[in-house]
Formats: sequence, C-alpha cells, structure tokens
Amino acid sequence: MSKFNNSGYVRKESIWKKIIQKGLLTWLILLVLWFIASLYYTDDFLPSPLTTLKGAISIVTNGTLKEDVAISLLRVAKGWSLGVAVAVMLGLVVGQFKIFGWILEPFLSFFRFVPAIGLLTLFLMWFGVGEKSKVVLIFYATIFPVMVNTIAGVRAVDTSLVQAAESMGASGIRIFFTVVVPSSIPNIFTGIRLGLSGAIISIVAAEMLASQSGLGYLIYTSRMYYRTDWIFTGILTLGLLGFLADRLLQFLGGRYLKHFGVKI
Amino acid sequence: MYIELKHINKAFGDFKASDDVSFGIEKGRLVGLLGPSGSGKTTILRIIAGLEHQDSGDVFINGKLVNDINASQRGIGFVFQNYALFPYMTVYDNIAYGLKVQKKSRELIKERVRELLKLVELPKLEKRYPEQLSGGQKQRIAFARALAPNPQLLLLDEPFAAIDAKVRQELRTWLKDMITQIGITSIFVTHDQDEAIEITDQIIVTNRGRVEQVGTPMDIYRNPHTPFVARFIGNSTILSEYGRLKGFDADLSKPYGVVRPEYVKVSKYGVIQKYQNALEEGIVKKVTFRGGYTELTVDMNGIELKAIHSLNDEIVSLGEKVNVLIYQIYVFDDTQAYQLINKNLNDSSLYYI
Repeated sequence: MSKFNNSGYVRKESIWKKIIQKGLLTWLILLVLWFIASLYYTDDFLPSPLTTLKGAISIVTNGTLKEDVAISLLRVAKGWSLGVAVAVMLGLVVGQFKIFGWILEPFLSFFRFVPAIGLLTLFLMWFGVGEKSKVVLIFYATIFPVMVNTIAGVRAVDTSLVQAAESMGASGIRIFFTVVVPSSIPNIFTGIRLGLSGAIISIVAAEMLASQSGLGYLIYTSRMYYRTDWIFTGILTLGLLGFLADRLLQFLGGRYLKHFGVKI
Repeated sequence: MYIELKHINKAFGDFKASDDVSFGIEKGRLVGLLGPSGSGKTTILRIIAGLEHQDSGDVFINGKLVNDINASQRGIGFVFQNYALFPYMTVYDNIAYGLKVQKKSRELIKERVRELLKLVELPKLEKRYPEQLSGGQKQRIAFARALAPNPQLLLLDEPFAAIDAKVRQELRTWLKDMITQIGITSIFVTHDQDEAIEITDQIIVTNRGRVEQVGTPMDIYRNPHTPFVARFIGNSTILSEYGRLKGFDADLSKPYGVVRPEYVKVSKYGVIQKYQNALEEGIVKKVTFRGGYTELTVDMNGIELKAIHSLNDEIVSLGEKVNVLIYQIYVFDDTQAYQLINKNLNDSSLYYI
C-alpha cells in the first residue's frame, strides 16, 4: 500500500446496492407479492410459487419441459439464423445502393407493420402444418428488425472514413467491405438482438395456434387440464430462455465485436 | 507550378463556397489556406483532393488536368480534422491500409509501417486501437497513414483543431519539421493565423469563397493588400476616424483604417519630449497581462485601440493618463489596403518596438 494513502479509507460496495442493481430485489418482491396474492385464490386460478415449483419439477422430471424447450429452440435457431443471414445481406445492399433502396423500401415499410402472427394462416396454407411453416414464420419475424437496423447502420457510416479510404486509393468494393460493413456492425448487432426477441414471441404464438409441441403448445394445452402451475412454469421458462439467449448474445458481442463499437 | 487551380467555382445551394478561385503552388512548399470558418478553405482542399467536385474551373496537379480523375486515383494523402482512423483496425492495419490497396507484399508493408511508426515517433503502438490513443497520437497515426502510400501531395484539413493547446503547439513544430524533412508538397487548412504564420512557407488567405491574398507569412502580415486581410491578420483594431490622429491625414476615398498593437507605443505621461506633434494623450482602459508582455487598451478622446507594452517599460496602471505614439496604420477603400506611416515621425530610427 502506498504510504501516501494511509487514511484507511476504502470505498465499500454495499451488498444491498449490489442486490438491487442486479435486480434480485425486484424478483424477491414479485415472489412475495405472488405468494400473498395466491393465498386469496385457488391453485387452479393462481397457483402459489410453491405449487408452481412442484408442477415444474413434475414436468422437468418426466422430460416434457425439456422436449418442448428443445423443439421451440430448434425452430427459433433455424428461422432466426436464416433470417439474420438473409436480412444482413439484403440490408447491406439496400443501405448501400440507392436503387435497391427505392425498390425494396416500400415493401419493407409496409410489411414491417404486419406481425408474423398475422400471416400464420397463410403460411400454414402455403407451407403446411409441419416444421416448415414455423421456420418461415420465425424467418419472417427476424428479417425486419435486422434489415431495418442494418440499413440504418450502413447509412450512418462516417463519411470521413469512406473518404479516408477513397483518398488512399480504395475501390468502391474495397470500401464497402473494409469500411461500410465493419462500421455497420453495432447496428447489425442491435438488429440481431431485436430479431431474437421477435422470433421467440412469434414461435410461442404459432405453437399455441398450430402445433403439437413446443413451449407455446405446453402453455396452451395445460389450460385444458387445469394445470395453471404448468402454464406458469411455461411462462417463466420462456422469460428465462429469452433472457439467457440475449445475455449470451451480449457476451459474445462484447467479447468479439468490441472494437467494432458494440457496447453492452 | 505543381498545383494549379483555375477559376474554380463551387456552390452549395445559394452559398458560394468557391468564387472564381485561382492560385498556384510550387513543388515542395508547405502552404496554408487561412480564413475564417465558412470562407471556403476546406472546400478548396476537398476539390483538390477530389472529395468534392467543382461546378466549373480546372484543377491541375503536376501539369495534368485532374477534373475527371477520382479521389482514389489522384495520389493524394489526406489528413482529416477528426483523424478518421478506422476504429475497428489496429494502428498497424490503419497505416497498412493504403499499402494493401496497392497490393504490396506483406514484408514490404511490414517494413513500411515500422518505418512510418518510427518517423512519427510512436514505434510501440502498432497493436493498439485508435480509442486507446490520445488526440495527439491519433493525429500522428493519421499522418503516418496518409503518408504510407507515398503520395505526391499531402492535404491537411485543420489537423490540430481537436487537440488541446499545449500539444497543438508541440505538434505544429513537429509537423513542420516532418514535412520539411520529407519534402512533400503540402497544403494545410487552418483558421488560426498564428498556426499559419508559424509553420507555412506561403499563405493563401480566403474570405467568402474568394482568394484575398497570396504571399509569404511575412508579406501577408506586413503588407496586407485587401481590407479583409488588414483586419483579419494581426490583433487589429478598426479605426473609423483615423484623420483625428496626429500625423495621419484623412483620405476620403479610404474611409477606414486599422492599427495593430505592435505599432502603438504607450509611455508615462510627459516622459517623452520628442515628437510632440505626433504624441497623443490617452487614458488606460484595460490592462491584460499576457505573460511575455502586457496588452493595454487606451482611449484617446473616443478612439480606442490596443497597444503592446513591454515588460521593460515603466508600468502604467488602469485609469492612468499616458502618452501614445502611433507609428503606422493601414487604411483601405473597398478593394485595397495601404500602409500609412505617421508623417510627424521624421526620425526613422524610431521604428517598431
């Protein structure tokens, strides 16, 4: 310890501050409120946290939950990754080349406001009740936020960077790949995160309406057996999955895309 | 002439950024484009670089008409005010950028980057990212990057504007040495006259899209040709009734005058016996200590002007009655400026301070 710092003062991070910061307190309060509220109602209407836990254990041990989660995740993974790939490429092109912007943007600004669920019936008719229609749905839900953000990213590229590259003799194609694309990465990343939440929302809705499996199906069918505790379990799992997936994305972004300006 | 601009015009909407701009620059010179903001100096620089296109007029580089040649083909190094380093590339990759464009071999790139990092005195920073550098370091790297592809002409757009005063001073001297050492023709935009006067061989003063005067710093400073230059250069005070000053006759065709503080001598009242018919009386209105000298503002019967007061001179204080001697002023009409020497000062040995 430095001899100039012998006042003995050490800044303490209070443990309470940490608990509040991490949101733990919020969860604790919610849990207590939930518990109190559950005292006034039957388990069929509002199961207590404990009942829910028991229900959760039962569907975890018999493997139902795991299976549904896996199916939903697989559908999201397929549709979302496909959507990201297509939307990033399209977004880059639309953002960079005015002509594609003129052609695609009217379409984009119209369908952006048509939610995936609105098209579910059509997709079922066109792609059948199987996996294909769900993947298409997720794909659809993903492309808009990713594309819109990618386009915004391309258009926000610092012109002085482009001109710096130009003054060093770089061709248009080189500038596109060495300046425009890397500069757009923070926006693309934001789009990808938004796309993921859109994908999860859409898949659950689709599974509720037209599926024999998945988390949405679990939530929806539990109603018929009056297993409100399973409904709660499904909802909590959904929130947790979304949270974890986003955290994973943030972690990867912060780790590998830091120098592109991705901030988490 | 190495660089030649002929009758360049450029408008942005109603705003005329370049109004019939013509000038030439010799090879190897370090030239300053000096003017207030909005005077069109950056536009001229960008037109030379090919980053902006003139509405009419011709640009020649090394005798070749480059109007239709893209920025990427002009062989020009450009240093931006905000550095414009690629934030997602290391220092090494930033400097290597132009060399990769030229498809140079890996070894050659490596060698050249090392050489440049040494030149800009930052040899150990190649793995850093721009955000890990200070403003001064960023600008040096930007300079190295612009020089990497061996350009024939270096253009610098207010390169020190975003850097704090102390480092700026250091960097200025460094840049001048560097450019002299390399011998590259350079044009440098600034709104700071001290900067332009200190480091350039030649100054082009711009105002409202026009070239006001071209000359050496000394020339611009001592012989301003236009009313604008007379007012803009130096710490000038504008005089509307200079005919009231002793030793200066009013010329109705040249209604305005300016006086610079170094041409004004203030002394304790009654100390100077000579030049009685040139000596004025005044009251000290303001005393500003500048470190190496004191700047005084004196009021002479309604005419206020600034004077430099040396630390060796007897101290005068606020409100004190003093004698004021004005050696020379500049007077001008609408288009030209003229030097006017106090005619009552016959003794030519008493010149300047």
